[in-house]
Amino acid sequence: MTTTEPKIEKRLMRGNDAVGEAAIRAGCRAYFGYPITPQNELCEYMARNVPRMDRGVFIQSESEIAAINMVLGASVSGARVMTSSSSPGVSLKQEGISFLAAMELPAVIVNVVRGGPGLGNIAPAQSDYFQATRGGGHGDYRTIVLGAASVQELYDLTIEAFDLADEYRTPVLILSDGMLGQMMEPVVFGKEPRKDLPVKDWTLTGCAGRDSRFIRSLLLDVNVEEAHNWKLFRKYHQIERREVRCETYRTEDAKIVVVAYGTSARIARGAVNRAREQGLAVGLIRPITLWPFPKEIIRETAKHTKHFFVFEMSMGQMVEDVRLALNGAAEVHFYGRPGGVIVTPAELLRIVARQYHQIERGAA
Amino acid sequence: MSRKVFGRPRSLKPAVFHYCPGCGHSIIHRLTCEVIDDLGIRERTIGVPPAGCAVLAYFYFDVDMVEAPHGRGAAVATGIKRIQPDRLVFSYQGDGDLAAIGTAETIHAANRGERITIIFVNNACYGMTGGQMAPTSLVGMETTTTPGGRDPLAHGAPIRICELLKVFDGVAYLERTAVDTPKNIRRTKKAIRRAFQAQMEGRGFSLVEVLSPCPTNWKKTAVESVHWIGEVMSKQFPLGLVKDFEDGAGSSAACGPNEPASTTAADGGNSDAD
Repeated sequence: MTTTEPKIEKRLMRGNDAVGEAAIRAGCRAYFGYPITPQNELCEYMARNVPRMDRGVFIQSESEIAAINMVLGASVSGARVMTSSSSPGVSLKQEGISFLAAMELPAVIVNVVRGGPGLGNIAPAQSDYFQATRGGGHGDYRTIVLGAASVQELYDLTIEAFDLADEYRTPVLILSDGMLGQMMEPVVFGKEPRKDLPVKDWTLTGCAGRDSRFIRSLLLDVNVEEAHNWKLFRKYHQIERREVRCETYRTEDAKIVVVAYGTSARIARGAVNRAREQGLAVGLIRPITLWPFPKEIIRETAKHTKHFFVFEMSMGQMVEDVRLALNGAAEVHFYGRPGGVIVTPAELLRIVARQYHQIERGAA
Repeated sequence: MSRKVFGRPRSLKPAVFHYCPGCGHSIIHRLTCEVIDDLGIRERTIGVPPAGCAVLAYFYFDVDMVEAPHGRGAAVATGIKRIQPDRLVFSYQGDGDLAAIGTAETIHAANRGERITIIFVNNACYGMTGGQMAPTSLVGMETTTTPGGRDPLAHGAPIRICELLKVFDGVAYLERTAVDTPKNIRRTKKAIRRAFQAQMEGRGFSLVEVLSPCPTNWKKTAVESVHWIGEVMSKQFPLGLVKDFEDGAGSSAACGPNEPASTTAADGGNSDAD
């Protein structure tokens, strides 16, 4: 018997390669990057595959600064464009990201986060959360930040990142890390880029058949600059209303809800399953959009859970957003390991269970 | 019967320049616009103004323009040109922008043989921020950050960009001119045209360095300033052709496999943007 069902392609892939493949399938025909571990496979994937695309452009730039500014040039030209790096390199891109946000130019920036500060190390970490979710560069702006927790999700979110960037004309950051970037998992190439996005009627292509136009961020008149900031923030509020992504897992009856994203959410999920096996009512909230942050879901959960346990591979950055979301409505506990240390589910369970029993004793 | 022999170039907007009296920018803007008109490329030109006095160039050039972060003109122009290889892409940069904070972007765009043109305006100081020392400030020159004069032992000697870029295989055209005399102004226009020609023929990277007066920060009158270019500044920065593609400069292979050998008129080379 033959089937007419279209066969969805599936491949075992490294996280960095999955981002590259997703970008290409999303129509990203321009990539500018600079080598840095642990994202090199992505740069190399693009070097192999982008030049094969119709009018594909790959440049290994002289610096991260040059790369993000080439991104700016490709973006004003209307191309879907991406750059990627790891923590120290993303610091260098911040000036350009601020300009992209100010000039309302779409672009996708991937940060395969490593341990820091400074040169740090090349192990997986989550210590760039503040930089990613607070804008990162100078001035009042936000970027959409997507935190993947699997190779499949890196693939899906990369396609989504291009769509969001184009829809809102804003830079979108993907937070991966040294673990997600390097590990291999099966990826289903199911997700497709959207086809209903607005036409790019603002690009700079030469002024044939229309008046010339310019794109800039210099607004010397303070009233004009203020109005532009308000315009940006109206857009950001719209993003906050419409684009929050979050996963909840076994939270309904939970006495403690762990909040974790990315790699630490995978570890936390293992710890939650083990806790449940021991009869402990522990659940998990996994923010997928780190900005906009899923405040409402956390607030909603606080109606029946009075203890939140934030777990991060950092000294505690997202924990501030959880506290802000709860605004005192529940207790917030924290466990973090910085510097690229990977916690095991057993270690996390030990810490969460101790907290759990303390709460139980306190309640009794 | 009268015949119009002189007018505002089509590519120059009917706006009043904000530049100081005696500044060279307005002349260089006009020359660039005249060349764009002469070549008939206004509708397929994209310009990249710098951070500096010329940041507002988009109020004067009637072509598509995008502002670059300070020093990043060559990188932004690279991104535009690689996506739209059939467009003429130029950046307009000052000496602080190009020769200090943007040195890396400039050198590597030149070395890759990017088919872009840089109009490099050298006035030997940071004009917009109030006359601080630039990499091109002359030895002994008093600026707000070299109140005792530029001391080469402390601050280095002036950077000669054309001579620096000459060594790169990807560079097709380099010329240093000035806007201090009618003859040199005409020479500057010819150089800009030649640089655009180098780009349009796919010869490689092109740059015109223009010595330009800054009476405000030089603390000179407009007349003293143009004389100073001829008598002092051009001794440090000799005028003339530095490199030309007719002499075999530039490299048709330097731009790599990304750029199509030819672009068909049908797709305009850029369906993404349409």
